[in-house]
Amino acid sequence: MLGTVAIVGGSLGGLTAAETLRSEGFGGRIIVIEAESVTPYDRPPLSKQVLAGDWEPDRIVLPAARPERLAELDLEWKTGHAVGLDLADRMVGLGDGQRVGFDGLILATGATPRVLPGMGDLSGVHVLRTLQDCLVLRAELDASPSRVVVIGAGFIGSEVAATCRARGLSVTLVEALATPLERVLGSALGTVLADLHRDHGVDLRLGVGFAGFETSGEGGDQRVTGVRLSDGSLVPCDVVVVGIGVTPNTGWLAGSGLDLNDGVVVDDRLRAAPGVVAVGDLARWPSARFGGSMRVEHWENAIQSAEHAARTLMVAPESGAGGEAYDPVPWFWSDQYDRKIQLAGTCRPDDAIEIVEGSLDERRFVALFGREDRVVGVLGMNRPRHVMQLRVLVEEGEAWDAGLARARALVS
Amino acid sequence: MRVVVDFDLCESNAVCMGIAPEVFEVRDDDFLYILDEHPPEELRPKIEEAVRRCPKQAISIAED
Ligand SMILES: Cc1cc2nc3c(=O)[nH]c(=O)nc-3n(C[C@H](O)[C@H](O)[C@H](O)COP(=O)(O)OP(=O)(O)OC[C@H]3O[C@@H](n4cnc5c(N)ncnc54)[C@H](O)[C@@H]3O)c2cc1C
Ligand code: SF4
Repeated sequence: MLGTVAIVGGSLGGLTAAETLRSEGFGGRIIVIEAESVTPYDRPPLSKQVLAGDWEPDRIVLPAARPERLAELDLEWKTGHAVGLDLADRMVGLGDGQRVGFDGLILATGATPRVLPGMGDLSGVHVLRTLQDCLVLRAELDASPSRVVVIGAGFIGSEVAATCRARGLSVTLVEALATPLERVLGSALGTVLADLHRDHGVDLRLGVGFAGFETSGEGGDQRVTGVRLSDGSLVPCDVVVVGIGVTPNTGWLAGSGLDLNDGVVVDDRLRAAPGVVAVGDLARWPSARFGGSMRVEHWENAIQSAEHAARTLMVAPESGAGGEAYDPVPWFWSDQYDRKIQLAGTCRPDDAIEIVEGSLDERRFVALFGREDRVVGVLGMNRPRHVMQLRVLVEEGEAWDAGLARARALVS
Repeated sequence: MRVVVDFDLCESNAVCMGIAPEVFEVRDDDFLYILDEHPPEELRPKIEEAVRRCPKQAISIAED
């Protein structure tokens, strides 16, 4: 019997799981353990509208965390860090020594930004994951820094660079690869993104690494004054934003017996152990569709996996049986300047790439990605409708040539 | 049931169209059009899904 469900991590994934449990008729106790003490919020606007200063934090409260909805959901909320999991006794340990028992457990602790050596407590150097991160960074941007250096031209770094430019700030964007997102999109599409930054006045430094921080001040009171790069150059600045990827928050599960490998490894029903499921940025699942295992850091996946995992728990809390396999076509968006980039499926630099509509020059296009003669991804720039229409080709695993023909017919 | 979209929030990413093309359509002008403001009751689960999946929380259902 599923009497009590504990959810560790009360953000997008965790709260969606709670909503799903209730909407599927679960009447037992739901205990949410969440490290942050602010009302749960949506993260994508942290690099966009909130950082820009267009939105205040009250606009990004998650729907499930609005007071009337929270009351309906009837959650027992515990603010604190989960520090350990005892699978035999079915208990989660909290930092303050409390122990929370459960019949079913939903792991939704997300991910934490990677840091650079020497960052420590250095003032002026930021990562961006939490509302607090965003507001501290925003306050520094409000003070009109002479230059912002963004390290890493992935999605978050690129969005931060775009938002800073929109605020009229001077920006240097540093990327170790030859083009932004080269390892995902390949160099042709990466070049489009590079040109997009340059045309918006970003000082883009490609193919160079971070070498160190220049600082002023003493002891615990040091502030960044510049960034040294691997080509020997020095970029003077007052603010640095580090966007070099995230690490899934599995540290607290070390020694629990769960399989941890760049995420919590789950089966195709999102189960990490009997009665234990993992969701969102944290979960690594086997994908029959794409082969191998997958872990994605996408907003939609947090929702979809949470809905799925909550149902898995309700169908078969203990046993290994029942439920459907989780094997979605992931979907992601990123807003940079006046461009909306969307990706359905997966892509790799060695995939076949074909532009089926628009052109790279216009920065308005849809590209199909193919691997082993199948359509595996659709990428659009300012073509949201077409990405959604063509997502079906990835869902069906359409053959490459047939997929191209269908795509051209669908978008024409 | 009446489908309501807050067009100040909507950013035309077409997620809703992917879920319920009978009701939502993003056209070539990149605007979202509601094809059927009063969709039949059997579409309710799909529309509720669109409400949950809209990254901008722009969709709601009003009961008439
Ligand atoms: C700045 C930014 C912009 C983004 N933009 C986009 C975008 O444009 N498009 C897109 O598709 N995705 C975007 N994302 C990604 C998206 O927000 C994430 O995929 C999503 O938040 C994942 O949800 P989650 O619930 O799995 O994890 P999280 O949102 O990280 O939530 C995990 C929660 O667990 C809590 N927690 C962690 N450890 C513990 C512990 N030991 N005990 C208790 N609680 C704990 C944390 O405090 C946190 O609240 C963006 C993310 C960021 C940070
Ligand atoms: S999902 Fe939301 S934001 Fe996207 S087109 Fe539909 S209403 Fe607009």
